[in-house]
Amino acid sequence: MSLQLFRNFATNVGNRVLSVVATSGGIARLSIQIVRELFTPPFYPRLVIEQLQQIGTKSFLLVVIAGLASGSVMALQFGYGLAKFGGKLYVPKIVVLAILREMGPVFTSLLVAGRIGSGIASEVSSMKVTQQIDAIRALGTSPIKRIVIPRLLASMIALPILTLFADYIGLLGAMVVASTELGISSEYFIAKSIETLRPYDLFTGMAKTMVFAYFISVAACWKGLNTEGGTQGVGNTTTWVVVTTSIFIMISDFFLTKFFILTVFPKY
Amino acid sequence: MTITPDRKIALEVSDLKKSFGDKQVHQGVSFTLYEGEILGLFGGSGSGKSVILRSIIGLEKPDSGQILFEGKDITKLSEKELINIRTKVGYVFQNGALFDSFTVEENLSYPLQEHTKLKPAEIKAKVEAMLELIAMKGSNNLLPAELSGGMQKRAGLARAIIMEPKIILFDEPTAGLDPSNTKRLLDNIHLLKKKGITGIFVTHDIPSALDIADRIAILHQGKIPIIDTVANIIQSTDPLVQSFTSESRSKNGHQ
Repeated sequence: MSLQLFRNFATNVGNRVLSVVATSGGIARLSIQIVRELFTPPFYPRLVIEQLQQIGTKSFLLVVIAGLASGSVMALQFGYGLAKFGGKLYVPKIVVLAILREMGPVFTSLLVAGRIGSGIASEVSSMKVTQQIDAIRALGTSPIKRIVIPRLLASMIALPILTLFADYIGLLGAMVVASTELGISSEYFIAKSIETLRPYDLFTGMAKTMVFAYFISVAACWKGLNTEGGTQGVGNTTTWVVVTTSIFIMISDFFLTKFFILTVFPKY
Repeated sequence: MTITPDRKIALEVSDLKKSFGDKQVHQGVSFTLYEGEILGLFGGSGSGKSVILRSIIGLEKPDSGQILFEGKDITKLSEKELINIRTKVGYVFQNGALFDSFTVEENLSYPLQEHTKLKPAEIKAKVEAMLELIAMKGSNNLLPAELSGGMQKRAGLARAIIMEPKIILFDEPTAGLDPSNTKRLLDNIHLLKKKGITGIFVTHDIPSALDIADRIAILHQGKIPIIDTVANIIQSTDPLVQSFTSESRSKNGHQ
């Protein structure tokens, strides 16, 4: 009995490992195809602009609300926490670094992974199961060029811009809360924020979002292009993309942060 | 139509083998398609009829075998090299496979915009002519979701032939259509036939195939054991042939 349980456990673990290897291999192969086709004609700038509109307009309000809420909450939490130790005046410094380095990029990317990743996955997988992807190929055109590359480029352009908005709105929310709830004047908040901020705080956050955007769009396209099993397959693909990209964002954020600490941030 | 050896070969399939997992779908499929003929392809469900068409256009890679078209073996071509083949071989998908975010006009003009240097006005004129051919004039701005099943298939047919391909592959074009829509679609294909098109017509709809095709091939157990003219197929006493034609014979009074 226990041997059987162990076998089942080992089989499950083995299948999971194989699935991760297959996914990594599939995404790597698609990435190679993207690089091959990115610089060869025909180019479809109109499709990139269409996708930018889709991604930007669909995510903007969501990102703004999330940025505002997270900035406000952080100011409130840090304010009451630090007040016990007489450190309330450090709120602007801490909040601005937390938002620009971590909360802005990661929250925005997680929201976009849910909103846009699922959108790309369901759209591409629906096209796959209704033979529209086959039709693109049968008509002598490339699904990589027409489907994948526009979504990838649009995501890599839109996500950093959305993050900038989220950062800005988050800081605005933090400043309002600091002023109304903690008695920290807006002038002091702005002055301390400017004093604390360094260009690399902003750029490392943006660089993270580029990595996240790449993974969200490529993983969603890859899974969509490999969808099988009709409408049920579309649902499975969408769920897989949201879960996988969210996990990737959270895990890779640690390694990216570590990388930036080692390479970009000054040594103390 | 009688097929004589001196007719020009449009496409030659030799010893095609293809497996999906443990299932060997094709175990040596061979046939020749001559210029100007329509070859009907019969076979049971899951016998691999559509896979043959998909292999011809390079959507599937066979495990082994050859598909010769214009002196090139399609099975050996890269995705980039296949683009040229795909502009010369039209594919009519079972469900039309229209791009659902495009209007009818955008769907039809898609191949012309991608592969020709025609001016917008010339593309528009070609699309209008094609819509007239398939009796869908005025539906330029409709989305696929606004079309009936029959209209979707006719629009799919129009998109496949707008580049005037040398060969047209029909993947169960009449499946799921009511008799009047089937007749309309077959009328469209008859019109094309009068113009001398070459094609392969995969179907379960035996009466339609006997009506449209010049020859019939039967795919059975991964091979094509029987390929003959429609007249000979109708008169055949072979049990395999009769298993396909008996229903049609009783319906249409073919003797």
